[in-house]
Amino acid sequence: MHVMWFTERQYHYDPEIEPERSLQLERQILRNRSFFGLPNQNFDPQQGSMLLNQYLDEKIYSEELGYDGLMLNEHHGTPFCLGSVMDVEAAVLAKATKRARIVLLGNPVPTVANALRLAEELAMIDLISGGRLVPGWVRGAGSEQLANNANPAYNREYFEEGVEFIVKAWTTPGPFRYEGKHFHFRFVNPWVVPLQKPHPPIWIPGLVSPDTVIWCAKKRYPYIALATRLEPTVELWNMYTDQAAREGYQAGPENFGYLQPVFVSDNQARAEELGQRFLYGGAFAHFARPEWMFPPGYNSKEATRRMARLARDPNLPGKPIHEGGGNETDEELEPIRQGIYARYEESKRDLQMIAGTPDYVIPRLNKVLEVLRPGIFSFWLDGPVGYQDRVRCLEMLAKHVVPALRETGKRLGLVDPFERKPGSVPLPAGRPAERVAQADALASMPA
Amino acid sequence: MALKDSVAQETLKVGADDLIVMRGGAGRPLLVLHEELGWPGWIRWNEVLSEARTIVTPLFPGFGQTPRAEWILNVRDLGCFLARYLRENNLAPIDVIGFSLGGWIAAEMAANDPAIFSKIVLVAPAGIRPPEAEIFDMFTVPAIIYLRDSVRDFANTPEFSKLYDGGLSPEQYEAFEDARAESARLAWQPYMFNASLPHLLEGTVKAPTLLVWGKDDHIVPITAAAVYQRAIKGSKLVAFDSCGHRPEVEKSDQFIKQVRDFLA
Repeated sequence: MHVMWFTERQYHYDPEIEPERSLQLERQILRNRSFFGLPNQNFDPQQGSMLLNQYLDEKIYSEELGYDGLMLNEHHGTPFCLGSVMDVEAAVLAKATKRARIVLLGNPVPTVANALRLAEELAMIDLISGGRLVPGWVRGAGSEQLANNANPAYNREYFEEGVEFIVKAWTTPGPFRYEGKHFHFRFVNPWVVPLQKPHPPIWIPGLVSPDTVIWCAKKRYPYIALATRLEPTVELWNMYTDQAAREGYQAGPENFGYLQPVFVSDNQARAEELGQRFLYGGAFAHFARPEWMFPPGYNSKEATRRMARLARDPNLPGKPIHEGGGNETDEELEPIRQGIYARYEESKRDLQMIAGTPDYVIPRLNKVLEVLRPGIFSFWLDGPVGYQDRVRCLEMLAKHVVPALRETGKRLGLVDPFERKPGSVPLPAGRPAERVAQADALASMPA
Repeated sequence: MALKDSVAQETLKVGADDLIVMRGGAGRPLLVLHEELGWPGWIRWNEVLSEARTIVTPLFPGFGQTPRAEWILNVRDLGCFLARYLRENNLAPIDVIGFSLGGWIAAEMAANDPAIFSKIVLVAPAGIRPPEAEIFDMFTVPAIIYLRDSVRDFANTPEFSKLYDGGLSPEQYEAFEDARAESARLAWQPYMFNASLPHLLEGTVKAPTLLVWGKDDHIVPITAAAVYQRAIKGSKLVAFDSCGHRPEVEKSDQFIKQVRDFLA
């Protein structure tokens, strides 16, 4: 099992050192009903500089702690994530670390106007790191399309064509001319190509899109579910396994990864106090306003049809901006803020956040592994938690939790993509595929 | 969507692609090019003008009812597609009314083939970058907000409730999203204008042209009207006080009178 950890690298102020500043920033996010689009006058470059360096230090240190992978991602125009150009961080890690895989989940291909430049950046990271790059691709959240002026109505077309092009640029001897529907390059001949052959292993992160799951299965790319609820994740992985069978292979744990929010500390109350901060500002419910999450044409027609029949904005507390919301006083905001943190119990029950001592956390994580059987597993630490507490958490995970999970991984046969190449197990026509996820295990959750 | 029994829907082939056309009324055909949210339905001005004219409204590919045509990538492509429909159905030259995005399409068609229209009415047309202020970005707000902001005072615009039936049923939500997606394909960047259009129009369009605008248009600022007027020599501007982007519903009586007189 490949074990890694991830953080969004949130822009924050430590609530234990600067409580008022932390609260004021959270109120601004709540008034904006969105992390995305918060006016950038709220960004303090001194704070940003300190945080980015801390986040890099944590990643570098975690290699020493024994993590297999250092996972990064990218978002634009938002305090939700300071990694607005993830490849810059990856380049630093490529030089500053020696062993761990640098896992980029993922580069938002549709938002990158020059896919050849992206191919070159990633090739350089692979070379500097000595062949430790794991590139991944995403369509980018809807808001990323706005932030980068990428036409959302062509998002999936840009994504699929961009990925095809990058792989072609890495693997086809140049120079050649490329003329696609959306991308045109008259002289493709990157001098710098990746060290790993035929190209670095590609993993794809995702939330709930069946289109992406099917696409991954066809490409034999591992699919990493980003903290999705267990039941729909099982359904999606079954969809992948069925598609894999149609492609003539048996999917296994090497085809799947899972990202799990956690927080550990020495005592249960403290761990839960820090874990609750995951909900700061409304977390994903306030990632971006609905109209920015789903700009025109970003969703498939099928997804739009489903959304049209859902109750509007089930996660968004407070009156929408377009109906006069957003000008609340601090006092008026407080119930909205409290309502957000009141959801902690629900996220705890659904294992959307597992916070506690190692003794509390391990059986719950084992349950996640038993249900999903992923070959790739990533912890997710987030929220405004101070540097010392974050590092302590990483240390405790590495010392107490990771060894237990590795044992579970061995017991369950959770091979990772480096132990068994995804898509390498043939499935003869007519033989039914074995399901990887074990929905039955959902029945008995730890109390 | 408001519909009348007398409005007929027909599906035609234009090349390899389908085109759904709504037809209602009697008399000489009058082409209507709809806006960026789709076809708002058969409302009062249609009812009145259709007494003397057959109103022909093609529902653009991708805007919900007519399937998307993959090859249509911009407003010029769409204009050429509609021109082919007119040619092949012996409808040209024809009088046209274009609303907002539809006004832009009409202008592109006229620039491309000055003989295609006999008279042109452009109602708050997009297509030209306003020299002052910006065209309201429909892609950063929900459809229903864009619709609401398109009139100066929606609460006191009686006909507003008839636009798209004034609501947001699941079906209407889907239709709006289809329309917004296709508008994004056509006009994402530059947003809702073609920098070449004034040059393409200049000295080209000879057909009598009427520009109708609300002075309080928050969608396409009226400052663009002067550029249209310079580009289309002899064009006439009618600007309504206390009116937003939809003079056809906000100032319905005056709109109908102006258009009827102009097309007579």
